[in-house]
Amino acid sequence: MNPLRVILNRELASYFATPVAYIFIIIFLMLAGVFTFYIGQFFERGQADLNAFFNFVPWLYLVLIPAVAMRLWSEERRSGTIELIMTLPVATWQLVLGKFLAAWLFVGLALLLTFPLWITVNYLGSPDNGVILGAYIGAWLMSGGFLAVGSCLSALSKNQIIAFILTLVVCFLLVVSGFPIVQDSFSGWAPLWLVDGVANLSFLTHFTAISRGVIDVRDAVYFVAMIATWLYATALVIDHKKAD
Amino acid sequence: MISVQNLSKSFGGFCAVNDISFTVKPGEILGFLGPNGAGKSTTMKMLTGFLAPTQGEVEVMGYNVSDDPVSAKQVLGYLPEGAPSYSDMTVKASLAFVARIRGFRGAELEQRIDNVVRQVELEKVLNKRIETLSKGYRRRLGLAQAILHDPKVLILDEPTDGLDPNQKHQVRELIRNLSKDKIVIVSTHILEEVSAVCTRAMILAEGRILFDGTPSSLAAKSEYHNSVSIHLAKDAPGLIDKLEALSGVSQVEQQENGVLRVLSESRDSILADVNKVLHEMSCQIDELHVDQGKLDDVFRAITGQKEVAP
Repeated sequence: MNPLRVILNRELASYFATPVAYIFIIIFLMLAGVFTFYIGQFFERGQADLNAFFNFVPWLYLVLIPAVAMRLWSEERRSGTIELIMTLPVATWQLVLGKFLAAWLFVGLALLLTFPLWITVNYLGSPDNGVILGAYIGAWLMSGGFLAVGSCLSALSKNQIIAFILTLVVCFLLVVSGFPIVQDSFSGWAPLWLVDGVANLSFLTHFTAISRGVIDVRDAVYFVAMIATWLYATALVIDHKKAD
Repeated sequence: MISVQNLSKSFGGFCAVNDISFTVKPGEILGFLGPNGAGKSTTMKMLTGFLAPTQGEVEVMGYNVSDDPVSAKQVLGYLPEGAPSYSDMTVKASLAFVARIRGFRGAELEQRIDNVVRQVELEKVLNKRIETLSKGYRRRLGLAQAILHDPKVLILDEPTDGLDPNQKHQVRELIRNLSKDKIVIVSTHILEEVSAVCTRAMILAEGRILFDGTPSSLAAKSEYHNSVSIHLAKDAPGLIDKLEALSGVSQVEQQENGVLRVLSESRDSILADVNKVLHEMSCQIDELHVDQGKLDDVFRAITGQKEVAP
């Protein structure tokens, strides 16, 4: 077991050491149910797919993922444990990656627990399970993007509330930049490359593409690059601010 | 060996550590003394690689802390100020976490944890969550994680802060009993701790080294070093004049409780001379002792401050 695995295991265990994990999972599942069945009108649509669920996943993540990410570094800095962990023989990248992966696996677990939706739709009809799998993968990749943003912003502040709000705002911008309304407001005056650029930055654009069941390498690369960039920024911020 | 060269650290415009250099050899127990904000913790943070120096180099057992931090951290044990720990973990889980990061597995991991738990007496709280522990236990847990891998270099930032007198004594014993080929650096506010534990004392103030020597040479800087205190059973007129006339004596202070304090001019022993005078005058004495000098006074004189933090 290398240091990265040890960090990952500790982090993962710490989610379940407090009620945080259970509350997160319960609320995530409850909201997923509400969105799918009431707002998404899963039954009324009469279609054998999970679009009623996946259409709302970005919004669900927008509120819930900053809550997971906010404690990643803020808490370490506030309690001073960052001094403990960063004087152990571990490289900064191992810490950043270990913490991120633990959060990503945890959010992935919550996502997996929505499997009753998948069972329901398969019981009621015969959906294209390839599309559903693609959407699950897309949703998980997107959650990684949200978490990486949150990791970096959580490193900026000792205060978890500030980390939460900053993450929420940045993630909101990253989601809506692909929205038709935002796109329209740009398309009137901005050059095409800028409109495309803004749309391409959006979580939503790439998530929608993957959730249609077409896993384009570009969409996957987008999320991986997004995660890598924000995690790299996290390491920079940590090295700069750890002792403040 | 630790070698520190021209080490400086500034935060914004404030210079916390100002161009200090020193080396520490295995077997030395070095005590960092100084008022709050003197740069003790900042220096320790740079030694452990937590803080990057603004200028200068730190080498720990041959590893440059800036260039090869992971190797340097492997030979280091560090108790940060305030002994931070993950409050939602149990004592055992937290020690196991540190042991795993340090590369211990299986039976050896258990053995290491057992050893340190016994050394710092954590048996009773092994399965308790850290947030429920008292300050003393937390400090001891911090100490346990620092000595778990039997490091060649041990850096302890105020290890006895917040402990009761028994626990303080215990921690000092522990530090003294660490094997003799280690380097130990301890920071403290408590001056008596330096003479009790350290083989070398260093006084820092405003980021500079103001004194570097043995604790006894520090005490020797006191004007009360080798002074003789006498309490007479019966008044002896003329005694003070006779004592003041002695060549080695600089001054005789008469204290409120009737004690005469005879100060040595050169800070060499004057007991023989004083004793002779007392005999000649056949004084009856209740009490007579030689002072080593109060470190507090020296500390105040060196750091130029009226108040010493408790």
